[in-house]
Amino acid sequence: MSAPLFPQDEAELSAAIIDAAGPLQILGGGTRTIGRISEGQKLSTAQLKGIVLYEPGALTLVAKTGTSIADIVTALAAENQKLAFEPMDHRIMLGTEGTPTLGGVMAANVSGPRRIQVGAARDFALGVSFVDGSGRFLKNGGRVMKNVTGYDLVKLMAGSWGTLGVLSEVALKVLPVSETQATLKIHVSYWDHAVACMSAALGTPFDVSGAATVRDAAGGLGVIIRVEGFEASIRYRMTELKARLAKFGETEEISDPWAEVKDLPAWAPLDTVWKVSVRPTDALNVIAMMKELQKDYGFSCQLDWGGGLMWLGLDAKQARDLPACIQVHTALQGAVAQLGGHATLMKSDILSEQDIPHFQPLSRPVEMITQTLRGKFDPRGILNPGRMN
Amino acid sequence: MEMPQPNSEILLKKAKVAAALRAVLPHDAVIDDPSETRAYECDALTAYRCPPMIAVLPSTTQQVSDVLKICHREGVPVVPRGSGTSLAGGALPTADCVILGVAKMSQVLETDYENRLIRVQSGRTNLSVSGAVEEEDFFYAPDPSSQLACAIAGNIAMNSGGAHCLKYGVTTNNLLGVTMVMMDGEIVEIGGGHLDSSGLDILGIICGSEGQLGVVTEATLRILPKPEGARPVMIAFDSNEVAGACVADIIKAGVLPVAIEFMDRPIIEICENFAKAGYPECEALLIVEVEGSETEIQDQLDRICTIAQKHNPVELRQSQSDAESAAIWLGRKSAFGAVGQVADYMCLDGTIPVSALPEVLRRIKELSKHYGLRVGNVFHAGDGNMHPLIMFDANKEGDLELCEAMGADVLRLCVEVGGCLTGEHGVGIEKRDLMEDQYSASDLEIQMAVKDVFDPGWLLNPAKVFPLSVSESRRAS
Repeated sequence: MSAPLFPQDEAELSAAIIDAAGPLQILGGGTRTIGRISEGQKLSTAQLKGIVLYEPGALTLVAKTGTSIADIVTALAAENQKLAFEPMDHRIMLGTEGTPTLGGVMAANVSGPRRIQVGAARDFALGVSFVDGSGRFLKNGGRVMKNVTGYDLVKLMAGSWGTLGVLSEVALKVLPVSETQATLKIHVSYWDHAVACMSAALGTPFDVSGAATVRDAAGGLGVIIRVEGFEASIRYRMTELKARLAKFGETEEISDPWAEVKDLPAWAPLDTVWKVSVRPTDALNVIAMMKELQKDYGFSCQLDWGGGLMWLGLDAKQARDLPACIQVHTALQGAVAQLGGHATLMKSDILSEQDIPHFQPLSRPVEMITQTLRGKFDPRGILNPGRMN
Repeated sequence: MEMPQPNSEILLKKAKVAAALRAVLPHDAVIDDPSETRAYECDALTAYRCPPMIAVLPSTTQQVSDVLKICHREGVPVVPRGSGTSLAGGALPTADCVILGVAKMSQVLETDYENRLIRVQSGRTNLSVSGAVEEEDFFYAPDPSSQLACAIAGNIAMNSGGAHCLKYGVTTNNLLGVTMVMMDGEIVEIGGGHLDSSGLDILGIICGSEGQLGVVTEATLRILPKPEGARPVMIAFDSNEVAGACVADIIKAGVLPVAIEFMDRPIIEICENFAKAGYPECEALLIVEVEGSETEIQDQLDRICTIAQKHNPVELRQSQSDAESAAIWLGRKSAFGAVGQVADYMCLDGTIPVSALPEVLRRIKELSKHYGLRVGNVFHAGDGNMHPLIMFDANKEGDLELCEAMGADVLRLCVEVGGCLTGEHGVGIEKRDLMEDQYSASDLEIQMAVKDVFDPGWLLNPAKVFPLSVSESRRAS
């Protein structure tokens, strides 16, 4: 296999794609080993580096896609601003190395707990530049907050895992850092109480910016609710939330637990992990199904986004044997297809070599649209082929 | 504004097409009498009119599918229409088209407070979506000025925004799923009650595609709990530059108001004459609104006032009551109507980086002098979405063309400073011929290739968004 390609600018990126003799494996920092990693020569955006423009007063930052998330966060912090969608760092949970980049975050549409309040990575992308599978350099969107000029290919590119084009530059909306934050923990007994508690919190006018579940050392289930803003406002909202959520269980204010919810360090030892997105109340159906399938073995579960995001995991013992694990995977994607939503295999030692769809299979008409779109953006089928299957 | 010549072969088929449509729709849902099709001859961009060949008003997704199958088979162009409030000519017919209006499709299909969503038929008006969840103290956030009349279908087609988008985002940020009918009649479900997509974000390109990819018949929308209260402060300045600097300082300070509205002197004067809102004599006026509990509102307003004081405002008026809030908003909310009383006008919609505000306002003033047409500026300053209103006299020969030429110059200026042609109204026919000022030939080609995927025959709203010369070969095929 030829050496990895590291284009230094868009012209080199375009040339690399035009010259490609076969499939290319597109990557940023290579920290998100999700989906079926394609064969072929590696093409990394890691050398397309640098913040191109940063206007704090306009809440706008434009950067090349190889720029590390850490560098962006540092630049923003100097102006007391942040990436509001708080992208997950997958390295800990997946056990990968490398440096997470802006391109990787956008290509995988990676968001964290605050997604429930402010939106996903895709909602903060104002504009993109990319090179498609024919080597064409293309732009869409811009660097302003509101833009409906032509089709919104920015959304299409976000979350396309490098299969439509290789992102070279992204314009982002950023937000001010909140003066302070506070987290309320509610000790609950059952999953249905947890979901009801999160729904109740998100149904208040108190601008909840995080609603997830946690396990304490003794295995007890808890709901955590985050509010952010100015000190006086936080005090008021915490008091109100405590009063309204006390019926679900004992409440206490705890120190910032959100890094663990976002990056899942406790999930690093697990063999197999799925990420599931459903209507929050449907999470209970999925949990019931998992309890049935794993009744003698157990499984791990954490809810985020009020229940709309589920993390499900099996350790090596719980994953048992290959047929049992395939059965869980198939049942999960089948149930989610019925409920509406998606289940993605994030990692698995036991399943990694199996011929199973890592991403949720699409309905027939959506699959048709998807295939035809890919054909327009990448007629030779060389960009991360099969990555999203 | 040029429109393609109607296809005479299609015009000859009118009776056949109408009969086929009557076979699948209730009798009164097919309109082909020229005295009645006239009702659909334009949208809110009234300078351009053309009655359609036929208008249909289906009531269900299945009926929409039946209509599209017939039009697909007969090769008849289809122009989807929500409530016809587009300011960009998005629903302007051609003489050989079928207008597909979703006005009869206004039902609420599901409300789900636990999961904070509502599912509606797409002909439901924006405000009545909020109306449907009001009693549980929820609301639908995107609030275009036409929200009393405009349909969710049109909001999705244009990815509509509104004054409060600074905090809550635009349609695409609040849309969870759609039922859409493709031009060949196939019904597709995209998204649903869950967040984000596992495959390609198809929902993301449908929103804002101006009815060119499919006809959205049902939508799942995010609803939010209503804030406890909201109150504005009005800040008057003696220059646009200082007002612009104040906007940037407010944003940087970490206060995130729900709205920052900006009005310049011509608009302030016209609004004051019209609405008697009690606005002061000044060059620029900001209305900044914050939300929360009473204490939170006061805290945020105090912070904003402290920032504003550093810029030596001419006047600073914090609302202390609902009546005062209404008075502050009165002038702003009647701006378009007030200008309409003194002149015909064209409302532009370019967006610029907030930092370019003073320069752009100065250069618009120069263009106004150059063209001899008055301009007032009223806009969402927090996100740089400008609405210059160019005033002209429709009865004066050549004035509309002069106004269009000036409008084009203003929009080119928006692009030149790093902005875009349209922030929330859409391209339609109005900005269609300026697309090449913002996008390169390949940038437009890839967008047209997306339309090819959904509508290979280019029958859905074909004469919009892309310059006619650029889309000609596709439309002719």
